Amino acid sequence: MGFRLSKTILKEIHYQMASSRLLDERLIQIFKKRGGYFWVGAPGEEAFGVPLGKLVKKGQGLEYDWLHLHYRCTGTLLAMGLKTKDALRQMMSRKTDPFTGGRNFIHHYVIPEWNISPISSVIEIQHNIALGTAHAQKNTKGISIVTGGDAGTALADFATSLIWSSKPSKPLPLLIIVLNNKFGISTSFDGQHSEKHITDRGKAFGIKTYNVNGNDVEESYYTLQESIEYVRKNRKPALLEAEVSRMYGHSSSSGANYDESQVCPLKTFEQQLIKEKILTQKEIEKIHQDIFEQLKKEELEVSGESEPDESIWSHIYANNEESNWRNF
Amino acid sequence: MANMAQAIRMALHHGEKHQNLQNIFGEDVGPPLGGVFTVTQGLKTAWNTPLDERGIIGTAIGLSLTGSRCVAEVQFSDYIFNSIDLIKQAGMMCWLSQGRYTLPMVLMTPVGGGVHGSIYHSHSFDSWATRFPGWKVVMPSTPLKAYGLMISAISDPNPVLYLIPKALLRQKGEEKIPGEPQDEGELKSMIDAPLQNRENWKPKWPDLQEYKIEIGKAQVVEAGSDLTLVSYGRTLHLCREVTKKLKKENISIELIDMLSLYPYDWALIKKSIQKTKKIVFVNEDTEVTNFGEHLAYRTSKECFYDLFAPPKVIAGKNIPGVGLHPHFEENTLPSFKRIEEEVRQLLQAQP
Repeated sequence: MGFRLSKTILKEIHYQMASSRLLDERLIQIFKKRGGYFWVGAPGEEAFGVPLGKLVKKGQGLEYDWLHLHYRCTGTLLAMGLKTKDALRQMMSRKTDPFTGGRNFIHHYVIPEWNISPISSVIEIQHNIALGTAHAQKNTKGISIVTGGDAGTALADFATSLIWSSKPSKPLPLLIIVLNNKFGISTSFDGQHSEKHITDRGKAFGIKTYNVNGNDVEESYYTLQESIEYVRKNRKPALLEAEVSRMYGHSSSSGANYDESQVCPLKTFEQQLIKEKILTQKEIEKIHQDIFEQLKKEELEVSGESEPDESIWSHIYANNEESNWRNF
Repeated sequence: MANMAQAIRMALHHGEKHQNLQNIFGEDVGPPLGGVFTVTQGLKTAWNTPLDERGIIGTAIGLSLTGSRCVAEVQFSDYIFNSIDLIKQAGMMCWLSQGRYTLPMVLMTPVGGGVHGSIYHSHSFDSWATRFPGWKVVMPSTPLKAYGLMISAISDPNPVLYLIPKALLRQKGEEKIPGEPQDEGELKSMIDAPLQNRENWKPKWPDLQEYKIEIGKAQVVEAGSDLTLVSYGRTLHLCREVTKKLKKENISIELIDMLSLYPYDWALIKKSIQKTKKIVFVNEDTEVTNFGEHLAYRTSKECFYDLFAPPKVIAGKNIPGVGLHPHFEENTLPSFKRIEEEVRQLLQAQP
């Protein structure tokens, strides 16, 4: 069966998926050689993450989409225009990290110019915060999108997002996305949850739901397109569950080693691209090699950049108002 | 004179009318009730939320990320503890984003005892509140101060925890709110919702004027020379009564109302210590790792050679809650008697 997407878009998606994977693999290597303190990322979520980044209405302000992402957002951000070098800067805690200036872990982005809400390590709190941006967007064309994992849906914050967004008096333009990789660190989803699909919980609130194979690029792309348009047009919530893989475990804390048992969405997509004669094996190898060389060069450059030297007291209050009690 | 509930309500109306305040929300905050303490009655932008503190605080963070000014309420601080991580997150946004995201939000919540509120309507939150860097923390003690602090809080580009001493909400002030009508009954008829048939009721707001109390500044309530008493909120009034009583005995107490817990007005406190040489910090939160201990530590560290005696902290006893029976409350929270005794004892100290 052939593709529905154009060759140009397929090639773009492939390039961004490969960039996402190779970036995360480079980041893992940096961690392993002690060039960074921690790694967590998105290998296995590229086939869903990249289409999401391509489909959002990117910009700043209420007319654009607000994104409340979890920390497995590499593909989404790269598709939106993230520079790999900036991710390396965050990984290596450089002064030049444009997001947090060396304060936070890799993939914990903060990008006001694209309505990217600060990404937190605290599971699922983004579901509460997304309600606020969605509320502010009620009379606009923008929507809010929140992503999280399957394990986090056990928290009350997930229920909060379902209840608040579907309030009869004030429904919210909120797309709630669950990336279900079937694990919370080492604990399997199936051992803790009895619901067949997480989306079943949305049905109880009359929320439009979608289930998708998040390892399939086109299925992800078109389902995301439909769900985003549903929320944008109807100013109501939707709940989308994507089943995805986890190619390198939870994070560096669990070793970050390649998991052969998982379906690799990048390899799957590349096989399809070759079969449909969109790209050849040789072209794919060249793409990988070029990205690899670029990342290698960027890592070297970033390693020579300065470490943070800013006062720890900077920016605690707006306009750098004094916050150090010793100076009150 | 307006009471504190009316004063906060008028400040919120001022916020709606003049400060681009776009959302006031929380459980029972909107019509028909307008808040369990009537603080939000008749406000144009007030709306009800589900019974969900995490949703309330998260929504406030999200709204303010977009630049929309809001005031959110958690009905009692006793129920705020399930949201500590969100409060931490709010205080982190500006710092984490290197100043690119700021949160112009106010989170208000009634605190403390004094109303026979039993275990889960008497908790204090002031010491907890001062452990959230990135937030400003204020607590008024009179209606006028409540009005001035709320207007400042709404204007502030940072998240502000506005702690309401619930026992003072019905207490009338000694000073008028700028724009408040002369007649108390007139104010009530204008802005208090009727008990019955309030569906079509709309308030008639007085022509309120801006009045700000700068966050970070304390006020000397009573100048004195023999000892300094520093407090805020409900216990400020107990300290005031003690001050009045001792004045009749020609004992001169300097009484300071902190108003802002963070940032706090150390310059004013330090100046007073250097004058009186003796200081007592009074609040009703539990005594272990109490905010007053930080102030006492700083007093010892910076004013050691000015002091005639060690600084004192009078606070709530370190027990799980404030029991319902008056016997429990009186023996748990700082009382007039206890403050008087401690002050008299300190007055006896010789250098």
